[in-house]
Amino acid sequence: MTGIWDWGYAVEVLPALLRGLQVTVLATLLGSVLAFALGLVLAIVLRARVPVLHRVVRAFVEFWRSTPLLVQAYVIYQVLPDVGITLGSLAAGVIALGLHYACYTSEVYRAGIEAVPVGQWEAAAALSLPRSRVWFGVILPQAVPRVLPALGNYVISMFKEVPLLLAIGLVEVVTVARQLSADSFRPVEPLTLAGLLFLLVSLPASILVRRMERRAGAG
Amino acid sequence: MLDNLPLILSSLAAGVPPTVFAAVGGIALTIALSAVAGLALLSRHRAVRAVSRVYVEFFRGTSEVVQLFWIFFVLPALVGYQIVPLAAGIVVLGLNHGAYGAEIVRGAVRSVPRAQYDACTALSLSPWDRMRRVVLPQAVVEMLPSFTNLFIQLLKSTALLSLVVVDEIVRRGQLLVPNLGVGEKLTIYLVELLLYLGLAVLVTSGMRLLERRAAARVGRPPTAARSGFATGVAM
Repeated sequence: MTGIWDWGYAVEVLPALLRGLQVTVLATLLGSVLAFALGLVLAIVLRARVPVLHRVVRAFVEFWRSTPLLVQAYVIYQVLPDVGITLGSLAAGVIALGLHYACYTSEVYRAGIEAVPVGQWEAAAALSLPRSRVWFGVILPQAVPRVLPALGNYVISMFKEVPLLLAIGLVEVVTVARQLSADSFRPVEPLTLAGLLFLLVSLPASILVRRMERRAGAG
Repeated sequence: MLDNLPLILSSLAAGVPPTVFAAVGGIALTIALSAVAGLALLSRHRAVRAVSRVYVEFFRGTSEVVQLFWIFFVLPALVGYQIVPLAAGIVVLGLNHGAYGAEIVRGAVRSVPRAQYDACTALSLSPWDRMRRVVLPQAVVEMLPSFTNLFIQLLKSTALLSLVVVDEIVRRGQLLVPNLGVGEKLTIYLVELLLYLGLAVLVTSGMRLLERRAAARVGRPPTAARSGFATGVAM
């Protein structure tokens, strides 16, 4: 065994790790889009108090976010094929991420919607705007910008949770690192580099979100 | 179709003690690290703050799975000693969530009003008494709700230990899955999810009790009951 750290080997595995990182980032972005959209739907259902449905949604949100994402990913990847819905690792992973994080983002939207002054609702009612215009023309344009930093923080959390999708066969950066270390019997370089790649993405991302927070606070 | 239900239940139930052990160990380590690192973030000494900041940013910036694999696969290659999977898991759970907890502690201590410090000076309390008798009791009330959420996160993270072959709930389930039929897979996962939900409710109700006590200790009314039954977030 040559020393603790072999630079030659580290440089050799880097391109493969970067390709893995691309998959991680892709899963994060797709998962975020789903979480943002679905979370908004959940928030509106909860806020609009759609009879029966809002109780079901509320119980589901509580249940789904108190339970591990890993088990949820197994359900989507392994159980759905039994009812005729076969998904690839990426699709199943993105749905698992999106659904899990929608439960958090719905909470974020709720806070944003509640922060919109009551007068805005009353004014919209006084103008007898249709329901959809109240939401999409008045309330959401005021609520969503305020909660962008909070949503950004969840994107970063999600990014760090993508590696658990290796359990359902997603070939993301940690899977690549594991394969490389199994092939070479050298786990040090690939896994350490994988960790550093996470820092390299998430630190600048957190600084960006913090800056958004400050701007939202000032505005 | 559910002939195997007793087998499923007993198998998964056998995974509960390791899960609980990992969660309790992880929570204990989280509390210790949060307190030390959180107070260190508020230290007067620049070097102490810097060390704590590096710890916090490092563990919050990397993935828990990577941390787990690093301790499980890389550390043995470096030191030539394989750490027991469950112990490795507890260490990672504690280190990771301790980094988040440190920020909670820091924020809560800083939220104690300046006037409280002035009052301590007026009463000529020593810095130690000021921290122990005035600042911390108030800060703890502030930090408990955030710690409830953190502990729920930690409980959910114990599922990751199945990836390093700790025989907890999820791994027990994975061992069963290949041998069982279609409807039974769903049963396994449903039981798993319900077990985690039950544990989450336990954590939340325990923390509620602590929140009420801590609030009563500093003469504050208990915070209004929140509607979330497991995570405690109003909806």
